[in-house]
Amino acid sequence: MKELQYPFDCAYILKKKRSIKKALLSDGSTRIKKKIAVLGGSTTGDIVSVLELFLLQYGIEPQFYESEYNAYWQDAMFGNEELDSFAPDIIILHTSNRNITETLSMSMTKEEVSEALERQYSHFEVMWEKLKEKFGCSIIQNNFEMPLYRLLGNADTYDYRGMTNFISRLNMKLYEYAQSHDSFYINDINYLSASYGLEKWSNPLYWYMYKYALCTDAIPYLSYSLSNIIKSLLGKNKKMLALDLDNTLWGGIVGDDGVENLQLGEETPVAQGYREFQQYVKKHKELGIMLSVCSKNDEENAVAGLKHPDGWLSPDDFVSIKANWEPKDRNIVSIANEINIMPDSIVFVDDNPAERAIVSAQVQGVAVPEIDSIENYIRTIDRSGFFEVTAFSEDDLKRNDMYIANAKRAQQQASFENYSDYLLSLEMQATIGDFEPMYIARITQLTNKSNQFNLTTKRYTQAQMQETFESDEYIRLSGRLSDKFGDNGVVSVVIGKKQGEELHIELWLMSCRVLKRDMEYAMLDRLVEESRSCGINKLVGYYYPTAKNKMVKNLYSDFGFEKISEDEDGNAVFELPIEGYEKKCSVIKY
Amino acid sequence: MLNERQVYERLNDVFRDVFDDEDIEVDASTVSDDIEDWDSMMHITLIGAVEDEFGVRFKMGEVSTMKNVGEMVRIILDRA
Repeated sequence: MKELQYPFDCAYILKKKRSIKKALLSDGSTRIKKKIAVLGGSTTGDIVSVLELFLLQYGIEPQFYESEYNAYWQDAMFGNEELDSFAPDIIILHTSNRNITETLSMSMTKEEVSEALERQYSHFEVMWEKLKEKFGCSIIQNNFEMPLYRLLGNADTYDYRGMTNFISRLNMKLYEYAQSHDSFYINDINYLSASYGLEKWSNPLYWYMYKYALCTDAIPYLSYSLSNIIKSLLGKNKKMLALDLDNTLWGGIVGDDGVENLQLGEETPVAQGYREFQQYVKKHKELGIMLSVCSKNDEENAVAGLKHPDGWLSPDDFVSIKANWEPKDRNIVSIANEINIMPDSIVFVDDNPAERAIVSAQVQGVAVPEIDSIENYIRTIDRSGFFEVTAFSEDDLKRNDMYIANAKRAQQQASFENYSDYLLSLEMQATIGDFEPMYIARITQLTNKSNQFNLTTKRYTQAQMQETFESDEYIRLSGRLSDKFGDNGVVSVVIGKKQGEELHIELWLMSCRVLKRDMEYAMLDRLVEESRSCGINKLVGYYYPTAKNKMVKNLYSDFGFEKISEDEDGNAVFELPIEGYEKKCSVIKY
Repeated sequence: MLNERQVYERLNDVFRDVFDDEDIEVDASTVSDDIEDWDSMMHITLIGAVEDEFGVRFKMGEVSTMKNVGEMVRIILDRA
């Protein structure tokens, strides 16, 4: 829905929230349900109702628990029946500098202020620990915005008795906690309020009148920020930037103007804008975001433009370059197919409103930011929160390169007549075994974003994955695969629950970047091996169809499982007795 | 110059948008009890939407003492 896309009209969203909600709920899309508890230190009414809109837009249907006004601490520390039985998946702690209880005075010593800081911090830390112990779920905590006034003027920021200084130190302590604890995330209202304008954000009228810690017009920004963290936790981040070239990555038309006349570099203001934008785009590679080109150009012109000496980007940075005269919606779909991602995980960046309109009308779920002028490109994309980072794994650093290695494999495949000869030539090596603690982040991330090769599409927060990891009720396997072209990292996850002599496979998924490499057979071989050693004699597999996972509809049948039942929606149950099982994978060493 | 009739017309549209109810008709005597969903949370949304529609800002004292729609209109006419 356009109205909920950044940059949005806050007043419109607030005014029309009822009809927007109705429209979203009646659009016929399926959504995952999540329970979210909002514990507030100030009014949260519209924060929750606008958050609901953004989450619905992201394909998440929230059910909310909302604490009584300013009851966040009581709820967290002592609980109440309603919250306890609600059993949240995610807890939002909406606090602000209105909830800072310590006061400072000029007669205090450095030590006294440090003690006050410690007291203030533990007020929050004990609460996080308590919530973690009780619910084991993800926690999102606001940091603190800068104070409304500065008693010491500029010195307020560096004098230890200044509130500005105190809040900065308190924030640093929050960040240290976030760095050393999983499933704990900061909602950066300090940045949001600065970006919005602190004076407007903290207009005290809204506190005196309604007990809101921010002006109502800024609520959509706050809620949007929360929704971005939540959708990222649930694996709904975008994965790729698909970029137009002319007047998107450089000023001018390379085919008409020639490479030497493009606006890109340090020569003019416009050229500087494009150069900085290229740098911004390139930095996404480190986050594991893939880059591709989708442009109406002759390919040789496109490549020549990308080799411009003053640009940050070069042709090697892209996993796919589609420079041709086909309609762009078709090119977007073919890029998605080539890389094995869903088209709805792509962000399409194009300066031309007509191209944007075609792509957003033809490709469902693709994000199409409304960029207008080069000086605004970065802000528009950045504030949209497409790639909000909540988990970061080593794999992210290398993802783009892995896909480029895939392209090399495809070339090699063409030179073999027999597919298994090709597979053998890859010299594949797998490491398959129980989860390792250092990979839990990657395993959770993979679990939440795998849609196609995923039998049950069960999602886990990092906290739930950690719990599964620590429980002895499960057999868990994660598989890494490398070959002579490179390491693919962790690519497959299987979780089975032991029930007597049966193993019920609750999760079986694999990254599409290793499709058709027989990795699934290696995983099965290993699963059978593990099961035998635990006294299991039968595997029970489940297939739950979604819009995206048709490719694995027959996986268990192909494995030799017998289909036991299937309901009218296509949910099916399969069984495989372990006795007499013979190893199936011969092309991967592990 | 904005006249009273125009203010009521536009105000009516704002009420209909906010409460998502096309049957609402407000007049000078309308109070919060007359509209089923007009609670304190919706009041905040309503005040924001009215301010936005007419490009005015109510002062703190005004919002808390406003007794009916007629008083709201008088303030808008004074200020817009």
